[in-house]
Amino acid sequence: MLQIISLVLENKPGALMRVTGLLAQRGYNIESLTVARTLDPDLSRMTIVVDVDSLQRAQVIKQMNKLINVLQANDLTEGPAVVRELVLLRIRTPQESRTAVLKEAEIFGGRVVDSGVEGFAIEVTGDPEKLGEFVDVMSAYGEVEVARSGALAIALDAKKLRLQPPVSTVGQGHPTPLQK
Amino acid sequence: MSNLMSGARMLAECLAREGVDCMFGYPGGVTLPFYDVLYDHQIRHVLVRHEENAAFAAEGYARATGKVGVCCATSGPGATNLTTGLVDAMMDSIPIVAITGQVTSKLIGSDAFQEADTFGITRPCTKHNYLVKKLDELAQIIHEAFYIAATGRPGPVLVDITKDVLQAQGHYQPVTSIHLPGYKVFTEGHTGQIRRAAQLIQESERPLVYAGGGIVAANASAELREFVQVTDAPAVNTLMGLGALPSSHPNFVSMPGMHGGYAANMAMTNADLLIALGVRFDDRVTGRLAAFAPHAKVIHVDIDPAEVGKIRTPEVPIVGDVKRVLVKLTKLLVESPAQPDATRSAARRAWWHQIRAWKDEHPYDTPTSDTEIKPQHLMAEIDRLSGGDAIITSDVGQHQMWAAQLCRFNQPRLWINSGGLGSMGFGLPSAIGAQFAHPEKLVFCICGDGGFQMSIPELSTVASNGLPIKIIVMNNGHLGMVRQWQTLFYNDRLSSVQLDAFPDAEKLAAAYGFKGRTVEKPWELAAALEEAVKEPGPYLLNVKVTPFECVYPMVPAGGALNEMVLGPPQPVAVPGK
Repeated sequence: MLQIISLVLENKPGALMRVTGLLAQRGYNIESLTVARTLDPDLSRMTIVVDVDSLQRAQVIKQMNKLINVLQANDLTEGPAVVRELVLLRIRTPQESRTAVLKEAEIFGGRVVDSGVEGFAIEVTGDPEKLGEFVDVMSAYGEVEVARSGALAIALDAKKLRLQPPVSTVGQGHPTPLQK
Repeated sequence: MSNLMSGARMLAECLAREGVDCMFGYPGGVTLPFYDVLYDHQIRHVLVRHEENAAFAAEGYARATGKVGVCCATSGPGATNLTTGLVDAMMDSIPIVAITGQVTSKLIGSDAFQEADTFGITRPCTKHNYLVKKLDELAQIIHEAFYIAATGRPGPVLVDITKDVLQAQGHYQPVTSIHLPGYKVFTEGHTGQIRRAAQLIQESERPLVYAGGGIVAANASAELREFVQVTDAPAVNTLMGLGALPSSHPNFVSMPGMHGGYAANMAMTNADLLIALGVRFDDRVTGRLAAFAPHAKVIHVDIDPAEVGKIRTPEVPIVGDVKRVLVKLTKLLVESPAQPDATRSAARRAWWHQIRAWKDEHPYDTPTSDTEIKPQHLMAEIDRLSGGDAIITSDVGQHQMWAAQLCRFNQPRLWINSGGLGSMGFGLPSAIGAQFAHPEKLVFCICGDGGFQMSIPELSTVASNGLPIKIIVMNNGHLGMVRQWQTLFYNDRLSSVQLDAFPDAEKLAAAYGFKGRTVEKPWELAAALEEAVKEPGPYLLNVKVTPFECVYPMVPAGGALNEMVLGPPQPVAVPGK
């Protein structure tokens, strides 16, 4: 079953590898992965859609939370969350289908970002399932090429990000927290 | 004093600040600047003969002391050779910091001489790892590495440092604080869950303490003894936890698991409450999971939240430092004792009676012979000389299991072995680390003839440092444990397990400048071991034992704990589900 995982992690070299390594090591295939900086440029938010054995889902989240660079990992598969994806689609279509293509794009809330003699480039966002339908419909009108962003998700019930405080290194080998 | 210095010197300063007095390593091209600093530095660098053994020696040091062990290797092959030791430390939660050199920043990715992607290779081998390409990050990262290695669930941390960082000059500012916003260390344990645990303990009729390496890592032996005394529950110690409760403790049953004691495994199977303390329900302990402790509720205390519920869902999960949790739990049990209950008291007495009966019924087998040295006889003799007070490091295989069964340990950190990873070649280098940590202590290194031959190069390290390690080779001429499985499960078709052409021990030791001897008669054994112990320097004792002895009890792969095979005459087929 597909699991949607949302992570906040430090924007550092290798952080992505640690997260994907956990999945690859267990033989789980990543369906999609998006990552970009957050408002705080030192942090990134990542959304992963991955096929995880249902018994292992909680364990995968725990293992991700153990990574030093990961500040928070949440399973959004069942919780209240909005999931969106962007599709950029280029279609080559004969003159007689152009109007129909534009109409279909409009139905899916698409926006034409480029128009040429041979066809269009169209941008659509929406939930991933609906985008699949859009691509299917468009394929009926001509030859299409598609770039999908992969899912982006955000939880609706805000979970406060709990950051650990700095620790003192004065204790020589056995650092102690600076303050409680 | 100017604080302008090279990255290499800064590295040494940081190590000294972390209290490092001794480290194990092997120099190379890109670590030259660091070795130049070490030339006249207070930190003692021990030159091993292979990088893998530097990691194992650092582990031996860490396991014997609880302090962070340090090892060092150059780029490329030096770093890749460390990896087995890193994974070994990862599996057994041992705090070590590995320093590796990396090619100059500008050359990274160019297939430079001795370049390897150490950062990528060691990502899954470590608790955390770093690649340092800027001098101003170096000091911070070294202190972070020690903090991560030593705190929470301990583990290995690797710091890969480019040669240009080691060479660059910069102003050294001692680091006073580190900030790891995503590194959560759970220590206290949930008060409500601790209260529930106390209640379950008081209500239980057949409680069993299942204590492991976490007790050793948390230095919680005293707290465990106190807890066991207050609850008067019988206790088993896992392979990693031997010595956590002294072997002589009246509540100690034995080690559980595949080659564990009959009483321990029967107790696991029949307990109504498992108090799991710093353990991870390893498959070598549980046997067939569906049949493991089928009647028991489980209280699971571990500092790593990912361990709790990983294998067995506990009734009471407690994420915290087992030392602090035990203090609170014991306090609670003392302050609010259970109401006297005649039925429960009777049940508890019957439980103890049953456990003693199991212990008497099938103690560990210690056969002796007039003509051959039985491996169990060898372990019993080593144990006699140790008296439970020597450090015993072991390699991996049959001798490891017999030593774990038959040697006593009065304290934690005396029994040093590769538990989770089962790395052959671990015994001798870990003994080197342990002997450096405790120069005054008697250190036995028990190896098989297989594992010993994996670490023969380190005889040179032993000799050059005059380490008085007593290397005891339990020589059965085979890779004994694999041979045992081939005998039992592969129709005795012995495939690639015969080890002939073992070197003459006396000549081998003499070649390195110390004493050695081979014994094969049972009446020679005691005196030979005594001679080894009396010798002020190193000693290599090659003990030829019965070649075809099998380790029992044995829970066959896929079997339940109570389906132990107790000895050769029993049927050995894997029981059906």
